[in-house]
Amino acid sequence: MLEGGRGGAGLRRMLRRKSAIAFLMSLPLILVIALLVLYPAVYAFYLAMLNKSMERFVGLANFSFLFKRETFWMVVKQSIIFAVTAVFFKALIGFLVAHFVHNVPAKGQRKWRGMLLIPWVIPPAMSTLAWLWLFDPSYSAFNWLLQRAGAEAVPWLGDPYWARFAVILVNVWFGAPFFMIMYLAALKSVPEQLYEAAAIDGANWFQKMWYITLPMMRNIIAITVLFSLIVTFANFDIVRVLTAGGPIDQTHVFATWAFKIGIESNDIPLGACVSLFMVPLLAIAAVFILRDVNRRGVEG
Amino acid sequence: MGWSRRRFATAATGLTAAVWVRGARAAGSLRVGFWDHWVPGANEALTKLCESWAQRERVDLKIDFITSQGNKLLLTIASEAQARSGHDLLSLPLWYAAGYAAHLETLDDVMQPLLGQHGAVVPVVEYLGKQAGRWIAVPATAGSQMKGPCARIDLFRRHVGLDLTAMYPASGQPDKALADKWTWDTLLLAAEKLHKAGVPMGIGFGGTSDSVDSVGAIFAAHSAQLVSSKGDITVDSDATRQALEYCRRLAQFLPPDVYAWDDAANNKWLLSGKGSLIMNPPSAWAVSRRDNPKLAEQLWTFPAPRGPKGRFLPGLPYYWGVWKFAKNKSAARSLLTFLSQRTAIEQLVQASGGFDIPPYARLRDFKVWTEAGPPKGTLANYVPRDDQIVSIAGAPAPPAIATQMYTQALMTKMVARYAQGKEPSGKVIGWAASELEGYARA
Repeated sequence: MLEGGRGGAGLRRMLRRKSAIAFLMSLPLILVIALLVLYPAVYAFYLAMLNKSMERFVGLANFSFLFKRETFWMVVKQSIIFAVTAVFFKALIGFLVAHFVHNVPAKGQRKWRGMLLIPWVIPPAMSTLAWLWLFDPSYSAFNWLLQRAGAEAVPWLGDPYWARFAVILVNVWFGAPFFMIMYLAALKSVPEQLYEAAAIDGANWFQKMWYITLPMMRNIIAITVLFSLIVTFANFDIVRVLTAGGPIDQTHVFATWAFKIGIESNDIPLGACVSLFMVPLLAIAAVFILRDVNRRGVEG
Repeated sequence: MGWSRRRFATAATGLTAAVWVRGARAAGSLRVGFWDHWVPGANEALTKLCESWAQRERVDLKIDFITSQGNKLLLTIASEAQARSGHDLLSLPLWYAAGYAAHLETLDDVMQPLLGQHGAVVPVVEYLGKQAGRWIAVPATAGSQMKGPCARIDLFRRHVGLDLTAMYPASGQPDKALADKWTWDTLLLAAEKLHKAGVPMGIGFGGTSDSVDSVGAIFAAHSAQLVSSKGDITVDSDATRQALEYCRRLAQFLPPDVYAWDDAANNKWLLSGKGSLIMNPPSAWAVSRRDNPKLAEQLWTFPAPRGPKGRFLPGLPYYWGVWKFAKNKSAARSLLTFLSQRTAIEQLVQASGGFDIPPYARLRDFKVWTEAGPPKGTLANYVPRDDQIVSIAGAPAPPAIATQMYTQALMTKMVARYAQGKEPSGKVIGWAASELEGYARA
């Protein structure tokens, strides 16, 4: 009885601790993450260390094999070009549009916000199909317009450079509204008094932007860029629907190439290896960006 | 509690109904995944046949039609093999039955009686369907196709001065003198004239099956073999260089985006009225007959040109395989036997408008090909005869390597690197050899 009483008191004491409550409340989420993220990740590592027919353990042989492949290094280069270029333009366009919406009178602002979010709320596989038709070799609406204007038709998806342009364009079109809405929220949280004080001091538009707006938005910019970088690096649907990695593999990114090798060509261990290469690249980016955010948080 | 007459009657009726329901589906259930046919009406004919079988055999049948667009069928095959779960019976195109032989039930017991009834299947169908001396899938009629040229009669007459209907007439008997001159070099000259006239040919150099099959036939016609039947890499040869050079010369007369074409792009090219020739089974003609009859009247399907090594016709045989993990293998075997009877095959060929080519040489005598039209006889030369050799892209490589050559479109990528990327042939061949080493690893 006494033992039970002590045990009950201990449990009550433990439950009174905020950290224990927080842990218990997060437990369902932790379990979901363990099941849907951790287990597949560990399983991917296991698969990556099997031979092609998945019958014996080969250690890191698949990784060393990949390092010798010309196509692998091309995919690394393309993934970086794709993600960095797309994130840069998404951030730039999102920033400009957020300012535009921020300056629209409150009455009409909701309509603009709603309209500008449309690309982001349509499932990308569907909207990319519409883009595919716009770029279609026989029925391209863009080429129809170009030819009406007396210009030559463009092989949008047939030329490697145009195809890269097309996949980046569609990614920017899809992702810029996310940046816009995040930056708009950040802009709205900047105290108006700071701008008033700067105006009294005679600051011009650029100085207000440089010394007030950007420093106040730095953390949100960093986190948004990190988040988008991860999502863009891991992009699959846009490239898959638009070019399937072609022509000559020159629009493949990690996810589409891993899919091509692992699923379509029935070499699952090598496909798992390719997909795992995203992890160190993104981890390095995450460490740098989050370290910067934390440092500013401490300074603040 | 006593039993009234009414209560007894109700219980007896219920019991009878329960026994009947059980009896109606006594042979269990069967899940089937068929290729989603391009030709309107072909799926319905297959469904009708299967349902009549299911009713007779008391099987609860569920059919899914899986498109090959976006490689969905290949993905289904790969994911079901990996998960060891899914359909009992599945359509497997080209290399995929051989590629997944370890996961498939041996079907010698189904094939032996069929071979006894119909005679032998054509050699290329046996080459892919029989692995290590055993049938690992049943050659299917639905979906099996040839991809010879389908061209515009009017445009060839006007701009090339060649009467396709005289070279390969509606009788199905070619004009020997004209047919002998129908070579890949003649096609190149025609391509140049048609390009100048603003109606280019549309032969894809993309990553999907129509492109891979066409380029595979060009390589075969030039005796360019990338891997031998023993698995030795033989890509570095003069024949490969000649095939690449031919494709480069042809590419300059094709639309600039052929490197990105998928299996729908060539059909759309012909149907748009801009194109003069594609390499395709008669699905484009069938769709045109429905949507644009005037254009359909100008379409003619005929054999592939002859190359230095012979007249290689791109072919894509389909198979029906039964997974080792299938839950109802006996029902699957019964359905396969039913669908391989002459009457069933004739109905399938008829419903596909002649698109489907039966795997048995003796069953290629149906009237549909000679009667199809307009124009009458448009498919009379679709069924391979005489000097035509059906070409399988990737052959004669062992299936494990050939599947990857096919899926990763190695040959069309070589062409794209050489013709579009302007890489020297030595570099392209070196790259291909390195890719092949990767495909060949154990």
